[in-house]
Amino acid sequence: MSENDESQGNDRGEAVLAIFQRGAEFTKQILDENSRLRRELSEVQLRHGQAAQSDAEWDKLRGELISKIEELENQNEHILEQLRSVEGENLQFAERYVEVEEENNNLANLYVASYQLHSTLDPSEVVKVILEIVINLIGAEVFAVYVSEEGNDELRPVAAEGEIVANFPTFRVGEGLVGRSVAEGEVQLGDPGVSSGAPSRGGEPVVSIPLRVDDEPVGAIVIYKLLQQKDGFSALDNELFTLLAGHAATAIFASRLYAQSERKLSTIQGFIDLLTK
Amino acid sequence: MAGQRILIVEDSPTMRQLLVFALKRMKGVDIVEAQDGMDGLRKVTSDHFDLAFVDINMPVMDGLKLISLIRGEQNLADMPICVITTEGAKEDRERAIGLGANEYLTKPIQANKVLAVAKALLKLDG
Repeated sequence: MSENDESQGNDRGEAVLAIFQRGAEFTKQILDENSRLRRELSEVQLRHGQAAQSDAEWDKLRGELISKIEELENQNEHILEQLRSVEGENLQFAERYVEVEEENNNLANLYVASYQLHSTLDPSEVVKVILEIVINLIGAEVFAVYVSEEGNDELRPVAAEGEIVANFPTFRVGEGLVGRSVAEGEVQLGDPGVSSGAPSRGGEPVVSIPLRVDDEPVGAIVIYKLLQQKDGFSALDNELFTLLAGHAATAIFASRLYAQSERKLSTIQGFIDLLTK
Repeated sequence: MAGQRILIVEDSPTMRQLLVFALKRMKGVDIVEAQDGMDGLRKVTSDHFDLAFVDINMPVMDGLKLISLIRGEQNLADMPICVITTEGAKEDRERAIGLGANEYLTKPIQANKVLAVAKALLKLDG
């Protein structure tokens, strides 16, 4: 046997001894645990024995158990109450989430409408944006955009969808559903009994949205028919009516002023050129 | 969800903005806009997209023509397409589905519906 083999043999021996030592420790722990459990068992048996012999001890044990049961029942009730409260809160959060989502969607539509209305100073582009909003965001099939000239109480259609402009009637500020809505600055809903549809087929307005700037009438958006899938106006539609009443009017007004100023500037420039050349 | 690319083919700036607004609520999506069918065809054939929203009524090339051309391309045959229509154009809608569109949205458009359709077509949870 070489020295190397001898050294390996010693290492193995030490390892085996260590294993035996750990085994012995574990066995001792088990024996200790066993005697502890035996002690506890004998205590319980003794208590039961005493309780069985003495009514007082039995009552005491029963009282302790009843009070423990009551305590556990109270804890259980408390936990159930907390659970109900959490479930209630969850339900509230879920409802609030739906509301916030709806609000978010509405705000998206309002933001886009407002952004688009003020994205141009070209009067024809402004009218085009109004048409797009009424078709895509409100869902109207037949409608017209009316404007009134300064110092004139006649409302004249300038753009329309679903029917040619010439087929839409003119209105006077203060007269009829459309005229009243412009004069009063209030959105007017048509009589639910009236037949909606193209004016050329006898249709009547279902809603008139007045366009006013600083209490001055600028025009109106008059819807004669909604898309087939729309069975009425929603809260969002009412918000859009309010937005259009203010922002579309301002956009039309600003674009007209801009166009006028551009024309005047061009005329003045022409005069200046004539005088200086 | 990251890296999903969506093409919007729509001539109305209002509708385009609303669609972008709705779709941007999905984190990490890349949205590309096209303003008519021809522009859409150019973009969809030169780049990869996971989903397309296509309006039916558009100048230059309408949505129906665009869908039929997209489905004619071998590498685009499986790309989900959602058409945007009005109820009055029921025949157009049926024709679009017949040509290979997967879903449709009717006007007036609502952001939550756009988002729900996009998630369904992109097979995203929630």
